Amino acid sequence: MTKLPDTEKLCQDLVRELKPRIGPKTAMVGLYTGGVWLAERLHKELRIEKPLGLMDIAFYRDDYAARGLKHDPKRTTIPFDVNGAELLLVDDVLYSGRTVRAAMNELFDYGRPASISLVVLADRGGRQLPICAQHVGAKVEVPEGMRLRLKRDDAGKLALALESDRAA
Amino acid sequence: MQRNPQLNENGELQHLLSIEGLPREILVQILDTAESFAGVTEREVKKVPLLRGKSVFNLFFEPSTRTRTTFEIAAKRLSADVINLNIAVSSATKGESLLDTVANLSAMHADIFVVRHASSGAPFLIARHVKPHEHVVNAGDGRHAHPTQGLLDLFTIRHYKKDFSKLTVAIVGDVLHSRVARSLIHGLTTLGAPEVRVIGPYTLMPAGVEALGVRVFHDMKAGLKDADVVVMLRLQNERMRGALLPSAQEFFKHYGLTSDKLALARKDAIVMHPGPMNRGVEIDSSVADGPHSVILPQVTFGIAVRMAVMSIVAGN
Repeated sequence: MTKLPDTEKLCQDLVRELKPRIGPKTAMVGLYTGGVWLAERLHKELRIEKPLGLMDIAFYRDDYAARGLKHDPKRTTIPFDVNGAELLLVDDVLYSGRTVRAAMNELFDYGRPASISLVVLADRGGRQLPICAQHVGAKVEVPEGMRLRLKRDDAGKLALALESDRAA
Repeated sequence: MQRNPQLNENGELQHLLSIEGLPREILVQILDTAESFAGVTEREVKKVPLLRGKSVFNLFFEPSTRTRTTFEIAAKRLSADVINLNIAVSSATKGESLLDTVANLSAMHADIFVVRHASSGAPFLIARHVKPHEHVVNAGDGRHAHPTQGLLDLFTIRHYKKDFSKLTVAIVGDVLHSRVARSLIHGLTTLGAPEVRVIGPYTLMPAGVEALGVRVFHDMKAGLKDADVVVMLRLQNERMRGALLPSAQEFFKHYGLTSDKLALARKDAIVMHPGPMNRGVEIDSSVADGPHSVILPQVTFGIAVRMAVMSIVAGN
């Protein structure tokens, strides 16, 4: 059984790591669903001035032809000017890199950011695209047939969890 | 049991032919998806890549400006290629059958057919004959259905009223000839609106309309009382056969929406109209352009709703 890292501690590590690079041009975008939870936490603790952006990449996925539109796409809201912003793109788990590719495409439909850095809680390897994260909470090995997801309880506590790939 | 012709073997929406018979979950899925697309239509780049490489054929056997245009905009915002066919001046007038027309367009690699036809059921006929990867969206068939209009009406109501469970909706005018009314009634009852009223003269009220779950009023003032939503229907002059009405003026007197009559509805009532409006026949200009009117937002929402429908069917 893989032992998962303490997610709350990873969040604190990320806050410490990101703190020095927060400036007036910094803006943050979280990817639904887990990435939004993490981004809400980081955005608040880092006291980023620009309001938090929320993104659902459903309309930019590369598997639409094979799998159709996902059932409950959330509305993407980017409440700041992307042009010239130093963006922190936040997701819970980095795996194939396809979500990040889709997110970058969507971001560029809002404008031309000065830079994009990727922040993830966990990197589980298995990349299918030339994408890497600049800020990683932890590298996590995930057994075959399983996947790694972020959960949030009623008190707002975050925890990484393994579940069967066939679920959901 | 015969399968719903709109759904595939997994129960997913493959064609949109009618709101009637669609489960609540699919209606909600379309409205939720449209909500996300409404965000796209507010951005500077109003395009997403979902239907890149797909071809949408607008097949309009009946005239239409608003519906055809908003389907075209919706398809373009999904990055599809759009081909508009004005059938009134093309092959159909040379005697080509409906299915031959569709077969020829299919040979040109169509992915979605958006069909408007004067005959009820024409989109169903086409849906039965298209290839598995082709999808049909009904843009109005005869007196039968106009599902995307019904959906954009539902979207508009949900946008302003949030919740269907306490609503009183009054649909006023030429219910007999209205495919818009039929689609909206099915949608409202499926989504749980507790009181749907239809208001109109005896001659413009279909027999047995109560069976759809509506209350019938012939007195507009009684019907509008405490309504949250007032939907005015267009007086369909071109569908009028024989003497159903004494005159347009007479109709306006009894069933035209004026500020005085609207005052009987709730203070925060919204007024809708599918367009095109006949000002001074079914609606007074002071109401059409007044603070309760959401007639123009309806048109804007129609784009997001049609984006949702096309992207859902093309993915199933």
